[in-house]
Amino acid sequence: MLRFISSLIALVLLCLPAQAGIDESINNVTAPIATLIGQIVFFKITVFGAGLPIVVLWLVVGAVFFTFYMGFVNLRGFKHAIQLVRGDYSDPNSAGEVSHFQALATAVSGTVGIGNIGGVAIAVTIGGAGATFWLIVAGFLGMSTKFVECTLGVKYRQENADGSVSGGPMYYLRKGFEDRGMAGFGRFMGTFYAIGIFVGALGIGNMFQSNQAYVQLNTVAGGALDGYGWAVGLILAGVVFAVIIGGIKSIARVTEKVVPFMAIFYCFFAIIVILMNFTSIPMAISNIFTGAFTGEGVTGGVLGALIIGFQRAVFSNEAGIGSASIAHAAVRTNEPVTEGYVSLLEPFIDTIVICTITALVIGTSQVADPNFADGATGVAMTSAAFERQLSWFPLPLAFAALLFAFSTMISWSYYGLKGWTYLFGEGEFGQTIYKLIFCAFVALGCIVQLGPILDISDALVFLICVPNILGLYFLAPIVRREMVSYMARLDSGEIKKFKS
Amino acid sequence: MDNVVLLAIDGSQGSERALEHVSNRAKASGAKVVVAYVIEWSPYSFNTPEENAQRHTRRESEIERAHGSVVEPALKSLKASGISCDSVVMHGPPAETINSIATEQKAAQIVIGRRGQSGLKSLLFGSVAGNLIQTATVPVMVVP
Repeated sequence: MLRFISSLIALVLLCLPAQAGIDESINNVTAPIATLIGQIVFFKITVFGAGLPIVVLWLVVGAVFFTFYMGFVNLRGFKHAIQLVRGDYSDPNSAGEVSHFQALATAVSGTVGIGNIGGVAIAVTIGGAGATFWLIVAGFLGMSTKFVECTLGVKYRQENADGSVSGGPMYYLRKGFEDRGMAGFGRFMGTFYAIGIFVGALGIGNMFQSNQAYVQLNTVAGGALDGYGWAVGLILAGVVFAVIIGGIKSIARVTEKVVPFMAIFYCFFAIIVILMNFTSIPMAISNIFTGAFTGEGVTGGVLGALIIGFQRAVFSNEAGIGSASIAHAAVRTNEPVTEGYVSLLEPFIDTIVICTITALVIGTSQVADPNFADGATGVAMTSAAFERQLSWFPLPLAFAALLFAFSTMISWSYYGLKGWTYLFGEGEFGQTIYKLIFCAFVALGCIVQLGPILDISDALVFLICVPNILGLYFLAPIVRREMVSYMARLDSGEIKKFKS
Repeated sequence: MDNVVLLAIDGSQGSERALEHVSNRAKASGAKVVVAYVIEWSPYSFNTPEENAQRHTRRESEIERAHGSVVEPALKSLKASGISCDSVVMHGPPAETINSIATEQKAAQIVIGRRGQSGLKSLLFGSVAGNLIQTATVPVMVVP
């Protein structure tokens, strides 16, 4: 395997001078496709002069509905979620199974990605400071959506012949509708979702990640990698290949271990930068609130800021997309609802904590120096905000971005694979084909420019919200019944704590 | 106090010696022996989604392997000496789990072999016997 990678790198280096124009030509092909897909998925209706994509409305209405229907589980279940993750209710006799903590950590590695660093910058650029407010609101409401989808993911998962488990929206859509006497419709929805997640995995969980990792590397290298996106892409693809096809678990394991520490490292220095900008903090916070309710300087005003905030939040925490329920389904528990509680911490960590911190880093820098980013967007803008105070930070940030991107790609390769195996069965050969396609898109992600990539990526991910949330509406009564029964048994002491 | 001895083993040479020691003692005193094997595991590790999906199968095979290659032979040798015995195989942090098994089984004593690691290795990884001495709630006998 090592030989394969080194020969790949050698090949790349040999081709460097001849192929520098390749990026541009691929870009010319993908841009019009991206525009078309984007227009279809984000079909807009005009409300008070702002274009409101129906799909965003669909997500917001869903999240609000689940928050009320589950009786504000995002607030009331928060404490219990932490107790579950701490293992207070874990039976020592089931030690050795996937713990709540492990399931959460795995799912968080998949969601904490470039979106937390670069996505927020995009939100602030387009939607103004006010977008941050709506991003947080979306994170809060998204906790309820996650609760519903992850409970269902565990409840309706499938045990395979080899003892492994497969779960996620495709399974709960099919089996859930079957339980409600709509087997044919359930099969259709499951298949639709499975196609969506495996194609979508190539966007949000793949091209967007590798693209932004390249952008940040290039920024750090001072533009030395201009035009060599395809080379960086090939190397990244080679490493992903080594893990998902070559089965080199050590790389994945190291990444999974390093990512949580990178997240803490990132937050730690972000807070330091915010504190260094302390004179700008009040103004930055006030900008967030005034922006949120006046929409000053934003196309579409308040609604414009709201739409951007929600769009970026979903892109980052994936609530409503259903992907996390694929990861959470691995937990063995007699109470599927416990996994729902644990999963509601995900949008909290991802959006309410990490995205907000990034937004404040950018916001306080903007107050201090409106032109700090010099026209840069995405990760480059966040990087510039850090650089203002900590000149050495772009380098570790590039490293963090690379790791975040990598771990998200590994997680999403699994999500996409589950969609694929749902459609085509668990056969080895088919799985290898899917994985090869996945690697090819990693390389492609570094070649095309951010605009078209983001459009395709957004479009595909928002597309799978449609069957998922529709299914959640139908199956929410089941989740609610489980939640009420579980809470009653918890209150009566029937469900015991194992640790005090 | 019940006459129960907890023998913690891991398949090493040290635990062979511990088994021999317990066997001799129990034959003389008529004590019951509980053989415990702890598979080192932490609920706070980080895994890939694929590892999580296969965790249950992995766990079953780990338990099976522990029974087959370490615990069963020990039980067999104890039974051959006419000692009444039982076994527990569990996942968890070793010292802590051995201690909680001892409490649950109402053991009067824990017997454990030692690996005899010295220097850097024990400094880095610690020693189960050492930790157990520090934290156990019943007397611990370490067999060299």
